[in-house]
Amino acid sequence: MNAIEVEHLRKEFKVHISRSGLVGAFRDLWTRRYTLVRAVDDISFAVKQGEIVGYIGENGAGKSTTIKMLTGILTPTSGRIVVNGMNPHKEREKFVRTIGVVFGQRSQLWWDIAVQESFRLLKKVYRVSDEQYRRHMGEVIEMLEIGPLLDKPVRKLSLGQRMRCELAAALIHNPPLLFLDEPTIGLDVLVKLNIRQFLKQLNERYGTTILLTTHDMSDIEALCERVIMLDEGKIIYDGSLERLKERWGQGKRVAFTFAEAVTAAFLQQLTEGLGVAWKKGEQSNVWVAHVPPGGVPEVVSRVAARCALQDIRIHEVPTEEIVRNIYEEGAVRG
Amino acid sequence: MDKYMEMVRIRFLMMLAYRTNYYTGILIYAINIAAYYFLWSAIYGGKSSMQGMSLGQMTTYVAISWLARAFYFNNLDREIAMEIRDGKVAVELIRPYSYLGMKAVQGLGEGLFRLFFLSLPGLLVVSLFLPLQFPGHAKTWLSFGLSLLFSFIIFSELNLLAGVVTFFTFRNEGLLRAKRFIIDLFSGLILPLSFYPDWAQRAMMYFPFQAISYIPSMIITESFKGAAVRDGLLLQATWCIVLLFPIGWLWRAAKKRLVVQGG
Repeated sequence: MNAIEVEHLRKEFKVHISRSGLVGAFRDLWTRRYTLVRAVDDISFAVKQGEIVGYIGENGAGKSTTIKMLTGILTPTSGRIVVNGMNPHKEREKFVRTIGVVFGQRSQLWWDIAVQESFRLLKKVYRVSDEQYRRHMGEVIEMLEIGPLLDKPVRKLSLGQRMRCELAAALIHNPPLLFLDEPTIGLDVLVKLNIRQFLKQLNERYGTTILLTTHDMSDIEALCERVIMLDEGKIIYDGSLERLKERWGQGKRVAFTFAEAVTAAFLQQLTEGLGVAWKKGEQSNVWVAHVPPGGVPEVVSRVAARCALQDIRIHEVPTEEIVRNIYEEGAVRG
Repeated sequence: MDKYMEMVRIRFLMMLAYRTNYYTGILIYAINIAAYYFLWSAIYGGKSSMQGMSLGQMTTYVAISWLARAFYFNNLDREIAMEIRDGKVAVELIRPYSYLGMKAVQGLGEGLFRLFFLSLPGLLVVSLFLPLQFPGHAKTWLSFGLSLLFSFIIFSELNLLAGVVTFFTFRNEGLLRAKRFIIDLFSGLILPLSFYPDWAQRAMMYFPFQAISYIPSMIITESFKGAAVRDGLLLQATWCIVLLFPIGWLWRAAKKRLVVQGG
């Protein structure tokens, strides 16, 4: 069964354009001009139960708008949404009992009161029994290591501590589907790792379906087998992360640190016919070769034969860069 | 029901987190009431009664109006406007409860807190200095209690209405400020309605404002008697119900128009 089904989903916003200058401001008092912005433009996809899907795109690509429609906050302009077998905005109150949501940029705990008071309220709101709460939340609290934070007011927590509490708050009713909108924004590496590990365990133990938006590609790499990529409100890629890498990230990066200065022309000539692209690295005397599949030994031996080298490093093409390339070209080839 | 009770409790906790506000609150109310007392003694200037109210009744009217205000007054309109402006409304909409219902309950929590921790102590303080006349009849107190509850409901409904308008306009501080002033003026808080010119009194029959402050204060000072009390309560009850319709209608329209600001 599918946890999420979306067909031809569309959301348009009317955006008011301000005229410039003082005269313009006065004219705005009488008549306003609007343009129609398509934040989400005819997208369709389905997410199976138990999947972890990364929903990625640049700022303003329509990720958050999609999530807000999937969670019943916004009403779609047109299209069909079925989440957990329900229409989110039509049956909002019943529907939201079956999902958990974390907005990374927005707290859902009450700022001035202790974390456990917020939990207690949410427990009542979701009608979770004491027994269920103890069993499930006991585990969650332990995994997220937030036990000692429970009696502190939210305003006294650090961002990392708060985010772990937010996550726990979203899981009080043990929802089968979890939406995470930039859950790791602004967090340090340790907290990120802790949260990723937790999400993985959650997915394995309870089969929780997770849809996650993020700008941090390492989140995606650590968690998601499938990514949906959005650009200007349209889906430009939907498939496995592996395939995305194969198609876009073929070849390797080889970073050479030379003992003395070399020129691009010289390196280009050296690797003539191998299809290598050279770029100057960030440090002095470092040059990075973008090498097609299978070409690494030949490139290394040719360069090493002619130049004095201090270091050689070989990398995969990072996902960040793959994604950047896709955006720059605007669409996925093939 | 459980979750709404829990919300009242949370609101209590939040009010306790900012106790100092409320100590100063008591002081401000006491000053207000004293100022009105001196103003009215000057206006009466030895006359035994004006518009059928004695100075003692008038003082009681003013004191009770302000202390009742502590109970029915809330800032739900501003809270809603703020939640829409900074996008926090998104978080409220992913909860399995009625957004406006929960807001109203929060207002009730705040009102109850003020009733017990501001109005009652305030009343005690004021009664030490001013000649307040309280009725001896249990029936008057009962009617007053009911009337006060209606006041709260009507006031909150107007606030919810004003708050929901923010879904359409995004910025409406001016409107909210105007609404607050109109309510203070026309609800009979500053001046009993019987002092207004006849045409103004007639016009105000068509607005819900007098149901907020004028009616409960007239009941407790026993300026309303017998049938007048019943009519007053009926009028309040009617407004409670009538105001539900525009709220429901606007709310449905508002949800479609909602734009969540900031990501």
